[in-house]
Amino acid sequence: MVKIKSSEELISRQKECASCLDKKFHGQDGKRAIVVCGGTGCLSADSKGILDRLQELIKEKGLEDKVTANIVGCFGFCSQGPFVKIFPEETLYTKVKVSDAEEIIEKDIIGGEVVERLLFVDPQTKEKARRQHDINFYKLQKRDIALRGNADINPEVIEEALGDGSFLALNKALHMSQQEVIDEVLKSGLRGRGGAGFPTGRKWQFAYNVQSEDKYVVCNGDEGDPGAFMDRSIIEGNPINVIEGMMIEGYAIGAKNGYFYIRAEYPVAVERLKNAIKQCEELGLLGDNILGTDFSFRCHIRLGAGAFVCGEETALLNSIEGQRGMPRPRPPFPAVKGLWGKPSVINNVETLANVPFILLNGAEEYAKIGTEKSKGTKVFALGGKVNNVGLVEVPMGVTLRQLIFDIGGGIPNGKKFKAIQTGGPSGGCLTEKDLDTPIDYDNLVAAGSMMGSGGAIVMDEDNCMVDVAKFYMTFICDESCGKCSPCRIGTKRCLELLDKITEGKGTMKDLEELKSLAEVIKSNSLCGLGQTAPNPILSTMASFYDEYVAHIVDKKCPAHVCKSLMQYKILPEKCVGCGMCARNCPANTIVKTDQVPVGKDPKLPLRVHFINTENCVKCGLCQSNCRFGAIIKD
Amino acid sequence: MAHLQESAVKQITEIVNRYKDEETPLMMILSDIQREYGYIPLEVQELVSSLTGVPVSEIYGVVTFYSFFSLTPKGKYVIGVCLGTACYVKGSQLVLDKFGELLGIKPGETTEDGLFTLDVLRCVGACAIAPAVSISGKVFPMVEVKQVEGIINQYRAKEA
Repeated sequence: MVKIKSSEELISRQKECASCLDKKFHGQDGKRAIVVCGGTGCLSADSKGILDRLQELIKEKGLEDKVTANIVGCFGFCSQGPFVKIFPEETLYTKVKVSDAEEIIEKDIIGGEVVERLLFVDPQTKEKARRQHDINFYKLQKRDIALRGNADINPEVIEEALGDGSFLALNKALHMSQQEVIDEVLKSGLRGRGGAGFPTGRKWQFAYNVQSEDKYVVCNGDEGDPGAFMDRSIIEGNPINVIEGMMIEGYAIGAKNGYFYIRAEYPVAVERLKNAIKQCEELGLLGDNILGTDFSFRCHIRLGAGAFVCGEETALLNSIEGQRGMPRPRPPFPAVKGLWGKPSVINNVETLANVPFILLNGAEEYAKIGTEKSKGTKVFALGGKVNNVGLVEVPMGVTLRQLIFDIGGGIPNGKKFKAIQTGGPSGGCLTEKDLDTPIDYDNLVAAGSMMGSGGAIVMDEDNCMVDVAKFYMTFICDESCGKCSPCRIGTKRCLELLDKITEGKGTMKDLEELKSLAEVIKSNSLCGLGQTAPNPILSTMASFYDEYVAHIVDKKCPAHVCKSLMQYKILPEKCVGCGMCARNCPANTIVKTDQVPVGKDPKLPLRVHFINTENCVKCGLCQSNCRFGAIIKD
Repeated sequence: MAHLQESAVKQITEIVNRYKDEETPLMMILSDIQREYGYIPLEVQELVSSLTGVPVSEIYGVVTFYSFFSLTPKGKYVIGVCLGTACYVKGSQLVLDKFGELLGIKPGETTEDGLFTLDVLRCVGACAIAPAVSISGKVFPMVEVKQVEGIINQYRAKEA
């Protein structure tokens, strides 16, 4: 590759690449382009197999000069994947299988006809949508800041990122003073996307103000919040954008080295990032005297090894230093004494992915998006009991109702919305009354939760909130590093109390104790993990106190989740006496009664069945095998 | 260190040398060894200690802290049941319980025949296909309790 050695060379190379990309998307040169989703979700549904098959068919049928096929990042609409998109028509095929590749080539590429059966069908209107922007899921979104280029460019080819405008922001920054860059980020109002929402520009300013030969920028990609995959998709879909954000930060604070700390659970993200760094080095965009200036910068990757606490910034630094990932007391803050004792700034992946947009378009343009105190967009991983599971990027200030019902398409199977959990193990549950709250950092805290890194799990009437609190507490108990006792011992005691309550052995005094314990952990733990660990308990207690009381006083789990407090029951009026339940019962605890099923001839051997609850292991096999809906949880 | 095979000593030395230009590379070295051998026994920790100068007590501390590192060998097939929130609310705990019941092991344990290890995963990011189960890299989507026996048998049949 020919190195890019100056601003002018970058601009001319960028123009070439942009025109290539433009041709690709608009079918100039008479060539069409197929792109296949390459996010982890679609890859696990064999999207790589689809791409391989498409390429094979293109070769077999001699279509090389008519069409190209390559992988792109993530389309975000994971529940409808794998996706195949055809340019220039922008036809979007959903839920594609390897066996569909032939039809796509034959019918669409050769025949010029849309493969109707692979189009998205709106579950409400039953109408087919041919293009991405015809689909409701995408209508309220703004996917061009953090998820920029994510479903368009090939994340393995740097020329496509260049064509999309990457490095123009860096080029602009390098023509500004360091302080001007920091001021721009301050003015934009960008706040840390890792969860706490600290103003990014202020962090940079602290580190800039400290005099030191060596400084470091660290990108926190240890996305451990269960049910969240924003950072993974951002890196997988456009690694160059994050690298550029990191470089701008490095220039601003005066650092020569940047470290990416990524979860080892994200092999695709790590590979694409490695590849992107290598390509940047080959083009001279990473290394010494970048674009002919005095700025030199190198990127390094370090992998996590499965410890949630390493998402805490000082624990992360210890992990890079080859230690147990335990947090450090503050002060000194990392901006003064961070990685290897040098001034360091730790920023989340999504935060860095916002930086190029700000520099390129200006702080004012950025600050137009969002609410008064939360600017820009936020990426959420929308999951759980919602129709449209996936990755969304929305301007700050959309309401939870818009997120869950307009973008998310509502709750499946006609069930009732119960709560949405944001902020993962550090966050809380928001309910019906919060649905019209515009999403921003301060509103979510005021409502008893937090923004968090972007996990948003929807729960319906079948989810037990005490069980949800127990789930998060189990997680925290596993992941507490053990350094400070409020977190190490306190979370264990909380879990024991929750166990007791869900087993029907709890007392009202336990509930008081749980609450006071939660307050103690909150105010006395060393790091953010412990300080926020009781939030799932406190927030479910605040919104679903009745549910806790039902477990304790009535010995009932209203959602029929807690095994000790529920049993399976056969409805005699619905039972047809087929015996499927009894045949599938591993505990042999279902027996025939003398009762003849409604409407059946008594001469037939069919009789209503009955579950002897004493020996029932509550596996639920009877219910999943009953075709008449005669078995319920009580 | 006596009972480490010569080839292993050679390969581990090679892994350590791979990162000799990096500052504090212990995590990278251990990750590579874990990936290569499936576990990091004490003898290997001693070898890494003598090659890097990091006290073996510190290495042991690191190995036992992170869930990716293991002191004992894992089974041929590592069954990971995702207990991320999205999978959990869709019933993955029941799926995990069923695997445990049928294999007769608890999460983190390996069957006596060395065939299966049962692990809990914290979100593989495949939330759209919850509950997800990953078996040595292959992801099974939307797993129901009643499918569990069939999945196990599928792997047992491969060995028969």
